[in-house]
Formats: sequence, C-alpha cells, structure tokens
Amino acid sequence: MTLLETLPLALLGALLGLDVVSFPQAMLSRPIVAATLAGAFIGNPAAGLTIGVVLEMIALDTLPFGASRYPEWGSAGVVGGALFAAQPSGMPGALPACLLATLLTASISGWSMVVLRRIIASRLERTRDRIEEGSRDALLSLHLSGMTMDLLRAGLVTTIAMLIFGPLVAAIVAIWGSESAPSHAVVVVIAAIVAGGALWKVFHSVRHVLWFFLGGLLVWTALLVTL
Amino acid sequence: MSDSSRRGTVLPLRVELAIYFRLLAMQGSWNYETLNGTGIGFAIEPALRYLPGGIDGPAYRAALARESRYFNTHPYLAGIAVGALTRAELDGVESARLERFRTALAGPLGSVGDRLVWASWLPFCSLVAIGVYGAGGSAMAVVATFLLLYNAGHFLLRAWGLRIGLSRGLNVASALGNPVFRQGPQYIGSAAALVAGVALPLALQRVAGPGRALAGGILVTALIGILLLARLRERAQGWRIALGVLAVFVLYSVLT
Repeated sequence: MTLLETLPLALLGALLGLDVVSFPQAMLSRPIVAATLAGAFIGNPAAGLTIGVVLEMIALDTLPFGASRYPEWGSAGVVGGALFAAQPSGMPGALPACLLATLLTASISGWSMVVLRRIIASRLERTRDRIEEGSRDALLSLHLSGMTMDLLRAGLVTTIAMLIFGPLVAAIVAIWGSESAPSHAVVVVIAAIVAGGALWKVFHSVRHVLWFFLGGLLVWTALLVTL
Repeated sequence: MSDSSRRGTVLPLRVELAIYFRLLAMQGSWNYETLNGTGIGFAIEPALRYLPGGIDGPAYRAALARESRYFNTHPYLAGIAVGALTRAELDGVESARLERFRTALAGPLGSVGDRLVWASWLPFCSLVAIGVYGAGGSAMAVVATFLLLYNAGHFLLRAWGLRIGLSRGLNVASALGNPVFRQGPQYIGSAAALVAGVALPLALQRVAGPGRALAGGILVTALIGILLLARLRERAQGWRIALGVLAVFVLYSVLT
C-alpha cells in the first residue's frame, strides 16, 4: 500500500480518532464501527465487521474512565478493519495477524494520546496568564489547537500503522503454518476470555448478575437446539 | 444592567444550541493540569457574552477566567455543570460561592457519569450490537443498531443535563438523585448480563465459522480463562494478556 492509497484511510482514522475524546464522543470510534467502516472503504464491510466484533469484545476490557490510560480504538479499528478486509478470503493467518497488528496500534495510539495531553498542558502553561486574565482568544486558541493536534495525531498513527503493518501482515499470512480451524479457535478463545473477564469486572456488583447471565445462556441453548 | 435585573436572563435558543454543540467538543483541550476546566470555559463562553459590558467587559473576562480553571466531570454530564454555572454567572452569584459550587459538583458528576455511561450503557449497547452480529445481522444492521441505540441515550443525556442545569442553577445537585442515576446502573447491568449470555456465544460461533470439532476445547479453555481473569480483576488487564498470547501464537505459526 502506497502513501497515496493510505490517505482516505488516514482521513477516516483521523476523524474516528478525534471521536475518542475530543469530538463528539459518539462512539463512532468503537472498533465495531471503525473496523466495519474501514472494511467498507476497502470494499469488504463483512470482513471489517468480523474483526470489529472480535475487537469490540476485547475493548470491553478498556472502558475510558477519567484520566486512566487506555488503548485508542478509533484509529486502531480503522487499521484492523482495513488490513483484514484487504486479505484474500480463507487465509488462516489473516485474523490473528490483523488482530495482533490492531492491538499494537491501539496500544501505541493510546500512548500518543498521553503525549498529546502533556503537550496541551505545556501550551496551557505558556498561555496561563492570558487565560487567567479572561482572554477569549487564548482560550479558543488552546482549545482548537488541541483538537487539531488530536486530529493530526490520529491520522498520523493510522498512516504509519498502515504503512508498517500492511506489508508485514501480508508476509505473515503468506507463510502462516497453522491450520484454519485452530487459528480461528485461538482468536475466539482470546476474545471470549477477555470479554468474559471484563464483563465480570464491570458487573460483578450487580445483584443476581450470574443468574441473569445464566438466563441468557439458557436462551442461547434453546436457540441452538431449536434452530 | 444591575444584578437584580440580570437574574432570570433568558438565553436565546441559538446560544443554548451553541453551548450544546460546544459541549460535544468540550474535551478538545483535555490535559493533566486542568482536566475538563478549559473545556468548561470553552462551552460556557457564548453565554458569558450576555454579562454586563459584553465580550470586552470585566465581568465577562473574570467569569471566563473563573470557568476555565480546574474542573473534572464526566463529559456527558458536563451539561449539568455548564448549565448551572451559566445560570449562576448570569444571576451574578458571588465568586467565592461559585468556586465552592464547582468544587462540590465535580466529584459526583464524574463518578455518577462513569457508573451510568462507561460501566453500564456503553457495554450494554456493545453487547446488543454483538448480539445482532451473532444473530446473522449485516454490517449495516450491526453498526446502525449500536450507533442509534447508544447515541439516543448519549445525546438525550447531554441535552437533559444542560436543560436541568440552566433551569435550576446552583440548586442542581438534587438532579443527581434522579432514579436513572441511582437505579440505572443496576437495571442496565442486569440487562447487559442477560444479553451477554445470548450474544457472546452467538457471535463467537459466527467468528469461529462452521464445524464443531474444536467447540468443546474452546468452551472449556474459555471458561477456565474467564474464571482466572475474574479472580484477578483489577490486577490484570485482559487486553494486554491477549496481546501477549496473540504475539506468541503468531510467532509460533510463522516459525513452524
């Protein structure tokens, strides 16, 4: 993939990366949305959705509480969806390799958000006197530059990740040694464990939560038997 | 304009809309020094223009400086704070009282919002979307379900917060006793657990693809893993473990 070819994806990654914190936090940046949209960009929304669902299960473990550091799923979701949608169908290594690339991107992108917040803090320090005097210009400049830098940050992360992981994932998929079923099984087990653990962490204090979960499992079993 | 005549100033609809729109961008300058503070200043600014002297007046400048200081809140509930502070600034409430109000309001808004939105509504909507995928839904159906459901709650909550803040001013604290905040996480959590029981296995089945040869192994391994992770709770980050395991597996599959 050339730099020119990554531009539309970089734009999508930039916009969805902006959604994570800066604007409008409408959860367009959730991987189930971001990866599907990126897949649609490549012409294969179904593939984007598949990896998006797996990522969404993993993302349940990283809810964006306050000032905590968490992976940035907006740009990463775009990278994951685009990478997986670009692989030939039926390749056993495609899902695990793309998932790994996406998790690495999410981690690095999360770190880039921390750096951005420090940069904004240092800019604030330089303009603090003017803001303390009630300068509208200083406040608007700080705020809008923060959003612009966030947009650029997310676009840059998407571009670099696509340029690095595009050829790397293609090479991994080409020499993949494991069979298809076990490859998918590993991904499914990982997603199930992380999602299950995350939901327990979030909902363990809810009254009768296990009974509700078991009720859901019962419905699933009924569906399995009847359909 | 005297303090008494300013009391009850009604903002034009376009100003309320401007504040609402700015609330969507209020975290644009989020930083480790003032957290949401400058965002609060950014959102409230259109209303402060109605202070005596307008945009060049000392009242405007003092209020903008005051509202841009340190503040912490959940972004979706920031409207409550912005609305209340707008009302108070326009009513000419004294500075010391405003500072005390800001300090008292910040903590509860953060924790209530985190519990209701990040720890309840968001995972619930994710699970519903995952369930739609598991039931065979198309890409469009899954994405539309998630975005419409989630944002119905999101945008309404923001609008309600701003409205209640503007109408109640400094008496807004009672709004946090709303049953949605007190009981919502409990009910949404129960619903999420029920949906998780159906949605996760359905979706995982679809991801795994046809064939049941490995189904037993997957189920047992997943259950053991979930139990281990559940025991570790805050001490382990599932996604980091996933990253490590996946890296080892990819390496193994490439080298063999």
